Amino acid sequence: MNIRAQISSVFHLDKCIGCHTCSIACKNLWTDRQGAEYMWWNNVETKPGTGYPTKWEDQNQYQGGWEKAGDELTLKSGGRGSLLGKLFHNPKLPTMDDYYEPFTFKYGDLTSAPAGNDQPTARPVSMVSGKPMAIEAGPNWDDDLSGSKSYAANDPGVVRLSAGEQAQMFAIEKMVMFHLPRICNHCLNAGCVAGCPSGAIYKRGEDGIVLINQDKCRGWRMCVSACPYKKTYYGWNTGKSEKCLLCYPRQEAGEAPACFHSCVGRIRYLGVLLYDADRIKETALHEDSELAAAQRAIILDPSDPQVQAEARKSGLPEQLLAAAQRSPVYKFVKEWGIALPLHPEFRTLPMLFYVPPLLPVLSQANQGTQKLAEEFFTTLAQARLPLQYLAGLFAGGNLEEVKAVYRRLIAVRLQRRQTSVGDLAEAEVAKARDLAGVSAAQVEAIYRMTALTRIRERIVVPPLLREQAVEAGMDPEEYKRGMGFGARRPPKRRW
Amino acid sequence: MIDTILFGIFPYVAVALAVAVGGYRYCVDRYSWSSHSSQFLESRGLFWGSVPWHYAILMILLAHLLAVLFPGGWGVLLGRPVRLYFLEVSGMALGLCTVIAVMLLMARRLFDERLAAVTSRIDWVVLWLLLLQVATGVYIAFTLRWGGVWYAHTATPWLRSLVVFQPEVQYLAALPTVVKVHAANAFLLVALLPFSRLVHLLSVPLGYLTRPYQVVVWYRQQHQKGLS
Repeated sequence: MNIRAQISSVFHLDKCIGCHTCSIACKNLWTDRQGAEYMWWNNVETKPGTGYPTKWEDQNQYQGGWEKAGDELTLKSGGRGSLLGKLFHNPKLPTMDDYYEPFTFKYGDLTSAPAGNDQPTARPVSMVSGKPMAIEAGPNWDDDLSGSKSYAANDPGVVRLSAGEQAQMFAIEKMVMFHLPRICNHCLNAGCVAGCPSGAIYKRGEDGIVLINQDKCRGWRMCVSACPYKKTYYGWNTGKSEKCLLCYPRQEAGEAPACFHSCVGRIRYLGVLLYDADRIKETALHEDSELAAAQRAIILDPSDPQVQAEARKSGLPEQLLAAAQRSPVYKFVKEWGIALPLHPEFRTLPMLFYVPPLLPVLSQANQGTQKLAEEFFTTLAQARLPLQYLAGLFAGGNLEEVKAVYRRLIAVRLQRRQTSVGDLAEAEVAKARDLAGVSAAQVEAIYRMTALTRIRERIVVPPLLREQAVEAGMDPEEYKRGMGFGARRPPKRRW
Repeated sequence: MIDTILFGIFPYVAVALAVAVGGYRYCVDRYSWSSHSSQFLESRGLFWGSVPWHYAILMILLAHLLAVLFPGGWGVLLGRPVRLYFLEVSGMALGLCTVIAVMLLMARRLFDERLAAVTSRIDWVVLWLLLLQVATGVYIAFTLRWGGVWYAHTATPWLRSLVVFQPEVQYLAALPTVVKVHAANAFLLVALLPFSRLVHLLSVPLGYLTRPYQVVVWYRQQHQKGLS
């Protein structure tokens, strides 16, 4: 066994209100500069919808992620040789039009326009060329199902559904949606790392954060197409790719990443997971429908003394093992089994998990008035949002995975209703728990973690121990640059 | 005199600049070391320009290099008329390819507003010099036939004399002006290499062919000491 730690997260989609505060916090901190305006390391999409960049989930178009070829994994975009052959032009690279052209407005015209008969207007101008432009897209252009005829209807997940299921989703007055916040998944088997010709992208051994070495990046832009989630971005004026760094400088200071910290709905949970790095390949080689389960299996129980002993042998510090035992992510993913990875079929083993939304699923039949366990579960079959759609998003098409999660979420709901309203029979609640396979105590724990916890319980930043890092052992006189005292230069083109 | 400066002294200056400034930039400002791809802003035009440009220029450079490194073998290779014809024709075709491609690349930078934002002065200098280089090359190929042969008896000994630090400029002095321009401009491009985005040709990522897919970097000391 080769045990490593991975900082991972859970987003609870039932709690997401789609306010984009996370995106703004991230933008203000990291991508508020020329060449990065179009980048949203954190973005919030409306599902069903085509997302950002448009149709990123459609790997026939972008060829991101991995492909299973017998007993081997190959990048969908091609083997090593073929990838080098595409250096001069990467046919699967999304262009700025697949995201959007960043724009601002000529606000000055509003105050400096000469007196006249017309109201002065602020014309939109491109933030790339500075010329006037027509705004044709934005980072959340299909927010809240706007333009759903052309956006939601073309969602790659919707296109896969049967005609009946599509009708179910788009029934007038019953249209349904939920928000999907996305950041880099900091995958165990990252496509961007594997696709980088320069070897500039790496996973930090201690915490699993995936970073791009800006000094090694040569702008070959293969990471952009190799990442199936399109979470690496090409900086068009620096010639370097950039991506979400999980706010590692904040985490090293013990703070939550900015998007986590600012989350209004408190949907974001962060904690460390232990996994067996020797099993990455074997895990990623499972069939599509087994991938979600396989990914759970690679995650190890931090309370198991045997795992702890192995982890110590692998060099994991005690503080980290302690943090792993308090990890809310472990509870959501393994103990309670109510969080699933996004598109596990891309085989990158993403380490960001989602609690699928319950609210848009319920109540097509009875306008949300079911009370009994039986009714809840029969509703699942005729849910307002077809379960097949959710299975396509979170379980590689495996309906059973999604159903199991919903049974548990419904059990929580029934038990809490019995506690707080008291209009349900204990027998009904017990039946719901049995069907879901959870205990009363677990249900209480899920409820507590979902509704009551404060930030230090939701976000358990493990000690990143920078004091033990390599630089700490260097002579500061000799290695000023290496110690972080060197002159920093602005990220712009100089030569 | 001018020949001595251009073909006896300038090549050394160019290479010295390339090495010194290139080394300085690599050590001090490695962040700037990039291909500065503009495909993200404009993809279609780049496809028709960049792909033929790169593949054709690589083949042509390879031929120039082989004739210098192995003049004997080169002579044998061209010893049969069939092979000579083949090389002459494919050289001309590839040359034409590069001329058209570089003009396409210039046109897209000229007419695309987004690209104007990422095109610097040095980019234009490099593009014009590249055009001059391939245009003179094609002109030479068409007007001074069988360059594959006479190159081995003029440019090869000149370049070899440069390598051993005994420049014999007379090999070039006798050649027509257009060849002299071609030769001098080649070294001008070498001199400009570290000052421009041309540096990307020094970082061809061949290591990718053999490295493992996943890269893991440790920052803690115990791993450096091999404790894990």
